[in-house]
Order: sequence, then structure tokens, then C-alpha cells
Amino acid sequence: MQDFRNAFSLAFELIASLDANLLSIVGLSLRVTFAALLISCLIGLPIGAALAVSRFPGRGAIVVVFNTMMGLPPVVIGLLVYMMLSNAGPLGVLRLLYTPGAMVIAQTILVTPIIVALSRQVIEDLDREYAEQFRSLVVPFPAAMAALLWDARFALATVALAGFGRAIAEVGAVMIVGGNINHVTRAMTTAIALETSKGDLALALALGIILLLIAMTVNAAVQGIKASARRNAYA
Amino acid sequence: MLSKTALSAAFIAFAALQWTAVPASAEDRFIVIQSTTSTANSGLLDAILPKFKDKTGIDVRVVAVGTGQAIKNATNGDGDVLLVHAKPAEEKFVADGWGVKRYDVMYNDFVIVGPENDPAGIRGMENATDALKKIAKAKAPFASRGDDSGTHKKELSLWKSADIDVTSASGSWYRETGSGMGATLNTAAGMNAYALTDRATWISFKNKGGLAILTEGDDRLFNQYGVILMNPEKHAAVKADEGGAFIDWLTGPEGQQAIANYKLDGQQLFFPNANKATN
Repeated sequence: MQDFRNAFSLAFELIASLDANLLSIVGLSLRVTFAALLISCLIGLPIGAALAVSRFPGRGAIVVVFNTMMGLPPVVIGLLVYMMLSNAGPLGVLRLLYTPGAMVIAQTILVTPIIVALSRQVIEDLDREYAEQFRSLVVPFPAAMAALLWDARFALATVALAGFGRAIAEVGAVMIVGGNINHVTRAMTTAIALETSKGDLALALALGIILLLIAMTVNAAVQGIKASARRNAYA
Repeated sequence: MLSKTALSAAFIAFAALQWTAVPASAEDRFIVIQSTTSTANSGLLDAILPKFKDKTGIDVRVVAVGTGQAIKNATNGDGDVLLVHAKPAEEKFVADGWGVKRYDVMYNDFVIVGPENDPAGIRGMENATDALKKIAKAKAPFASRGDDSGTHKKELSLWKSADIDVTSASGSWYRETGSGMGATLNTAAGMNAYALTDRATWISFKNKGGLAILTEGDDRLFNQYGVILMNPEKHAAVKADEGGAFIDWLTGPEGQQAIANYKLDGQQLFFPNANKATN
């Protein structure tokens, strides 16, 4: 298929020419994704850590719920957020529908369970090593949680990357709540869907290649930070 | 200490939301129009909306979905202006009080596309229902939108006048993609199926594969677009002044001329026919 070859050269041309439209779309994708990821981590990490170290009746059920919510269907979340933010919905007065803010909200709902579920597992494993020490030193609960979060930071960076992957690649929810409005809410994934629907498969694939390159850059950056932090730690 | 942490977390979250909201608030005067994929994907709106913005300073944000979804969104008050192509549904929208008044804007036509080798033998036919009858008789694959869009409504009305019950063929030769025009054309190209499409989407569509226009020219394939201002009495958030200004422009001489001037590959995609322009 010629589309494959065209896609790679087109992707290269778009990157080389620093196409203004492309930059604004990439910028929006990254802004929305990082905002959603930041909020998700602020909500998700404490919940994950608390779940990891505490024992109470019903805890198992909550863990199952969060694990299940990692698989929330984006289209359904998009629809729910649309119904909330619609002018006919309860939060219509916020006027957030068809803005990047709406996209952040939808993605936060999708990413937070991933952060909770994975960080809970990571910290629970670490807590098994630390639990005895905490008990013997009578470390208060918040301090123990903070220590666990800090010592698990490298594993938690990978958790955050899982959330990043979900958010940057997601299309179903942001399409509905953002509306894919040119220069306002058009992100990489919705632009890919649009070009596909125009039958411009080469351009759609080229945008997909660029999206993957961006994701790879972010992952490589985190990997680099981790590596240098480790070196410093052992130095 | 914990409440302080929570407070700063909330602050950061709020800041993050603000950060993403910058491009949205940078433009103060804007309207949202709920429109169909054909007007947006064909490049028409990208071509004409800057002219309106230059004149009035009002930015027009386009949400391009199927007509069914556009009307549903408009009923929820999400947007200011509706620009779609399903006259009966539009008139119902106004009659139910959701819209102020409906104006004709422009038209083009639907065409039946299908594989070059034309297994049902409809090439060159002018009678759309006869063509559909032949497709049904040959049990040749037909890709339907199946999404309650304007094009889907038109297609269903044509099957009805051809007296063919497609629901019984659903899943065999009659395949409902449940998606937009472009996705349906991609599907049709992939399985060499027939499909009904508006001419604007077809001309601008780049993945035609082995498909070609086989049937066109039937009066019943007429495709009228209408524009409606949403009713501010139903939804206070509707920007009636800006929306009204847009409709006046679109149906006035300048908008109509802009529509007529839009060409792709030398072909005019939409033909202005607002009554206001001729008055």
C-alpha cells in the first residue's frame, strides 16, 4: 500500500516544517494529558497508598472496584461527562463543555483508577518489607504513607507513565466532550480520527507516527530522569 | 498538615485546569455550531468561516457530528446554531420549540457509489429506488450509515419508497456501520460495497479505493441544508445576537457568495439557495 510509504514521508515533512496547526494540536494533547495526569496523581497516589497500608472490612471489594475501573470504556465516560457538563445537565452552568477543561475532566476520570490500582499494588509490595520497621518505630500513618510513596517513586513513575499512555492515546471520551473543534479542542487522537473519516489515511497514519514519537520522547525522558536519580542516589 | 496538603493539591488541580483553559478563554466572542460531518470534512466551513470572523470578530466553533446527534446536542442547549441536512427533523426541532426559525442555506445532492465492476448493474441509472431494488435483488453488499444521520434518514426513506425491508437483510448484504460518512465510505471501499453519500463528502474523500459514482441525478437525491438559531427561551446560554448575526451572514449575499465560491478540484460542492439572498 502506498499509504504506508506516504505516511512516513508525510510525518517527516510535518515535523521538519514545524507545521503551526500540528504544533497547536500536539500542544493541546500534551497540555490536556499532563493536566489530567497531574490531577490523577494528586488524587490517586494518596488513595493508592492509603489502600495499600490500611486494613478494614470491604477493602478487598474497593481494590476490585479500582482494578475494574482501569478498564472503564472511554466512550461511556465521555458520554457521562457530556451529560454532566451539557447545558441540560447539572453542571452546565460551568460552561466547560467543548473546552479543554472538559477533556481534562474526562481523562482524569479514566486515568485516576489506573494510578490508584497500580500504586496500591506497588506500595503494598513495598509495605511488606517495611511494615515491621514501621511497627517497631511506631511511625504514624501519614508519615509511613509518605515514606512509602517516596521510596517507591521509581516504580510510581512507571505507574504515572501507564496513566500517561492511557490519556495521550484516548479518543472516545475527548471526542465527545471536546467536540474536536479546530484550534480549540482538536487533539492528536481526534485529528487522527478526523483524517481517517476524510479518507486521508496517509495523513492519519502520519499523525499516528508523530503521536508515538511524542509518547516515546516522554517515556525516554522519564527513563533518563530515573537513571540519573539512581546514579545520584548511589554516588 | 493533611488539610494543608489537600488545599495545595486542590490549588494545583485548579491551576492545571486553568492552564488548559487558556486557549478557550482567549477568544471571548465565539459561537458553537452543531453541524454535520459533510460541511466540515469537505472543507467548506474552514473556507468560509474566516470571512465571517474577519467581518464580525466572532469566532465560530464547529462541532461536526451526524445530524441526529447534532439535533440531540442542540436540544440539550449545547451550542448556539444548528446547521444540518434533514429538513423534516429540522422542522420538528423548530416546531417543538427548540429552535427559533429554520432557513434554507444551500443544497447539493446525494449519489450512490459502488464498486467499479458494479455487480448489481446500476451504473448510469437515474432512478434511485430502481437502483436500490437492483442492489437488493443482487444481494450486493450495501454499507449503510445506520447512525440516524441526515444521510441515513435519506437512505431509509429511499429504501421505503423502493418497498424493500432492509432490516431483515441487516448483517447479510445490508451492513450498518453505525458511524460517520467517512468511516462508512472507508468500510464500503474495504468490502466493495455500495453506499449512499452526499456529493461534497465524496468529492473531498481521499480513500475512494475501487468505488465510483454509479447512480446520480434523481430528484429524490436532493440534499437541502438548513440553519436554525437555537431558542434562547429554552436555554438562556444561547448567544442569540452572535448566532443571529451568523445566520444573517450565511443566508445573506456575502455568505451565499462564499459558499458558491468554494470549489474542490474545480468542482463546486454546495449551491447556495437561501431565500433571503434573492429577496
